Amino acid sequence: MTLQNRSRLFVFIFSFLVWLALTSVRDMEEVVAGLIVAALVTIVAGKFLITSEKSGHILRRIFSAIKYLIKFLWEMMKANFHVAFIVIHPYLPIKPGIVKIKTKLTKDSAITVLTNSITLTPGTLTVDLSPEKNEIYIHWIDVLSTDVEKNTKTIGGKFEKLLTEVFE
Amino acid sequence: MTREVIGMAFILVGIMFDFFGVLGLVRLPDVYNRLQAATKCVTFGSAGILLGVFIIQGFNNFGFKALLGIVFIFLTSPVAAHAIARAAHRSGIPLTKETVVDQYQEDNELKD
Repeated sequence: MTLQNRSRLFVFIFSFLVWLALTSVRDMEEVVAGLIVAALVTIVAGKFLITSEKSGHILRRIFSAIKYLIKFLWEMMKANFHVAFIVIHPYLPIKPGIVKIKTKLTKDSAITVLTNSITLTPGTLTVDLSPEKNEIYIHWIDVLSTDVEKNTKTIGGKFEKLLTEVFE
Repeated sequence: MTREVIGMAFILVGIMFDFFGVLGLVRLPDVYNRLQAATKCVTFGSAGILLGVFIIQGFNNFGFKALLGIVFIFLTSPVAAHAIARAAHRSGIPLTKETVVDQYQEDNELKD
C-alpha cells in the first residue's frame, strides 16, 4: 500500500470513530451518514495526515508523546497562574519584547506542535516563522535576555528533544 | 452527587480563569500583551468549564462533545493568536513604550 493510501485509510477510520463517539448510535441511518461524512473528509483532506515514513519504533514514539503531553500540561498550568499573577498585580510587572530563537526541527508537523506549545507556555507567544523555517520570533512578556542561543535553551529547549523523538 | 460537586468545582475554577483573562484584556497595554492573557487564561478557563461538563455528564455523546471541544480549543487558540499577532505587526501596530527589544523588526529592516 502506498503512503498516500495508508494516510487516507487512517483518516477514514479515525473520522468515522469520532462520528460514532459524537452521535449516540441508535439506528442504521446514523451509521450510513457517518460513512458518507468520513468518505467526504477523506476525499478532501485524506492525503495530508501521513506524509513521510518515520524512523523509530511506534511504541517508543507513543511513550515519548505521553511524556511530552504531561510536560506540556504542567507548563500550561504554570502559564495560567503566571498570567493570572501578572493581571491581578497592582503594578503590572511586565517587560515585553520580541526575541528570536533557533530550532533544529525540520518537519512541518513538528514545528507546528512546537510553536503551538510555545504559545501556551508561560509568558511566550509565537509571532512568526522565518522563511527558511529555522528561526521563530516570539513575543515574551518578561524578557530575561536578548541572546539568541540562551533564549533557544530557555524557551524551545524543554520541548525540542521530546518532539524530535516523536516526529523524526 | 459527588460527581456533580467535582464538576461544579471545575466549572467554578474555569470561570475564575476566564475572568482573569478578560481582566488581562482590559489592563495590559498593547495588542501583543493582551493576546498573551487571552490565549493562556482562556484555554485553561474554557477547558475547565468543558471538563466540568464532561464530569457531570459522564461517558455519553454529550460528554464526548465537551471533550472534543477541549481538544479543538487547544489546537485553534494558539493558531489564532499567532495569526492576529503577525497581522498586527505587519500592519505596523506599535509595541508599548515599555518594550525592551524587537528582533522581528530588526530582521525585517535588514531584508528591505
